[in-house]
Amino acid sequence: MAEPMGFYTDTTVCIGCKACEVACKEWNQLPSTNGGINTLSGDSYDNTRQLDGIHWRHVKFIEQFTEDRKDGRWLLMSDVCKHCVQAACLEVCPTGAIVRTEFDTVVIQSDACNGCRDCIAACPFGVIEVNPVSGTAQKCTLCYDRMQGGLEPACSKACPTQSIQFGTISDLKGRAQKRVEQLHQAGEKRAYLYGADDKMLGGLNSFYLLVDKPEVYGLPPDPKMPTRNLTSGTAFSFLGALLVGLIGIFNFRNRGAADREEARQ
Amino acid sequence: MNGIPSSTYFSAPPEWGWLIVLYFFFGGLAGGCYFLASLIDLFGRPEDRPLSHLGYYIPFPCVVLSVLLLVLDLQRPLRFWHMLIESNTYRPIFKFWSPMSIGSWAILIFGIFAFVSFMGALADAKHIPWEAWRKVHPPLLLGRFIAAIGGIFGFYVAGYTGVLLAVTNRPIWSDTPLLGMLFIVSAGSISAALMILLAHKSRLTTPGLLDLHRTDVWLIALEFIVLIALMISLGPVLRAWLSAWGLLLFIGVIILGMLLPLALSWRTQWLGDWNMKTTAALILLGGFLLRVVIVFSAQGV
Repeated sequence: MAEPMGFYTDTTVCIGCKACEVACKEWNQLPSTNGGINTLSGDSYDNTRQLDGIHWRHVKFIEQFTEDRKDGRWLLMSDVCKHCVQAACLEVCPTGAIVRTEFDTVVIQSDACNGCRDCIAACPFGVIEVNPVSGTAQKCTLCYDRMQGGLEPACSKACPTQSIQFGTISDLKGRAQKRVEQLHQAGEKRAYLYGADDKMLGGLNSFYLLVDKPEVYGLPPDPKMPTRNLTSGTAFSFLGALLVGLIGIFNFRNRGAADREEARQ
Repeated sequence: MNGIPSSTYFSAPPEWGWLIVLYFFFGGLAGGCYFLASLIDLFGRPEDRPLSHLGYYIPFPCVVLSVLLLVLDLQRPLRFWHMLIESNTYRPIFKFWSPMSIGSWAILIFGIFAFVSFMGALADAKHIPWEAWRKVHPPLLLGRFIAAIGGIFGFYVAGYTGVLLAVTNRPIWSDTPLLGMLFIVSAGSISAALMILLAHKSRLTTPGLLDLHRTDVWLIALEFIVLIALMISLGPVLRAWLSAWGLLLFIGVIILGMLLPLALSWRTQWLGDWNMKTTAALILLGGFLLRVVIVFSAQGV
């Protein structure tokens, strides 16, 4: 296996140009929303709205202003699939359509997916949705086809501020740590890395530098694997089955014995 | 967490709709009816056999309907076989940690049991002339074996759907481990209710009908307890039911589908001859609405 590859997104230098969104759409030939007749969302400059089957990159615009708008700041963040080391989507997929590649990224094989949508419910980040053209679940592939040809993904290539950086995970972590230290020294003590260590789903191969709580960016503070409920859910189901069985046996058997007693008398 | 009760609130809804609600309902009936029929056969009286026949008539059509509903719900229905066979290697695929993967196999295997017992019951009741099918029906040893194993698979089909919902990251579904248990108990109660209604319609007067009614009342009481435990286990996520879905849960499921049937079974004189039938109809309605609320409310958060 090649060395794990991924993205490090420094949200502090994102300018919200959406070049990443456009590059992603172009390279992956993703269709436009509603045949190109899109309505404005009314949510700042964000008319992409969310990550889904036809939006594999999504630039979020978070406005943090006072009531009179005299003071405040923008938080900008280019969101994407996290390519989790322990991937919830891959875990639940019943068809084997979701695979881990030689670059340690997570890819949905569109020709194998049957659109059951279990992965959509399983992903803790709300990354996956059905592409209405293919009728299959889709998300960022980290440009698997480009990586096989030795190219970097379209979004990071297009990013003009190096907010999205591509590389080996070990290299990216080093760069990200240095940037956090730099920001701390410059007085931005709120800077921290989200998903860079292995405590979060074994590590996110697309991790972020943030300056506010994860939920402010629409990220879960404590994402978990869906199978956390498998053992307990199964155990309680067995208990339920046992109780239903005992109730049934007690009612039918008891009455049968009473009848036999009656007949004997 | 900025007032957000759980990390599950950041996932996207899979848009499972009415087809899945109906599947959960008919799948529950298929598994529950088979299980109750096998219980009657294995532990009941010989004169209750017509009641067990009735129980075996329901699962097979319900399984066929369930499979149809599931296939239609896929975005690529013609690829339904990808659930069982890996499309690029043509080898069977079985992921024991994925409830949808195990469930697909369980429906297939249970479908075979449901068909065999369906034919066995028809032959035993002399509705079809093929005597050979009687060999697969209790009280013969092979029939008892099939009923016991089929009953276990029936229970699995009835309950795995709840575990499937729990093994996601959606609010409500994955915030409690009790959904599978609730679905299993509910499958028992709605199945007993349907069998009671069909027995009345077929003018069956076997003594086991009263046992079935009593079983149903116990099951609905147990279901009520499990539902309350589930609500407590949700913790702060319970706030998600401060909505129209919560109102439907309270009025449709708890009052109409649980407390009223319990009251009717306690005060049998209230509706006279209609008591048992009304109780069963309310339990069926409550079981259906329970699945409506569980499926839709978690996706509306």
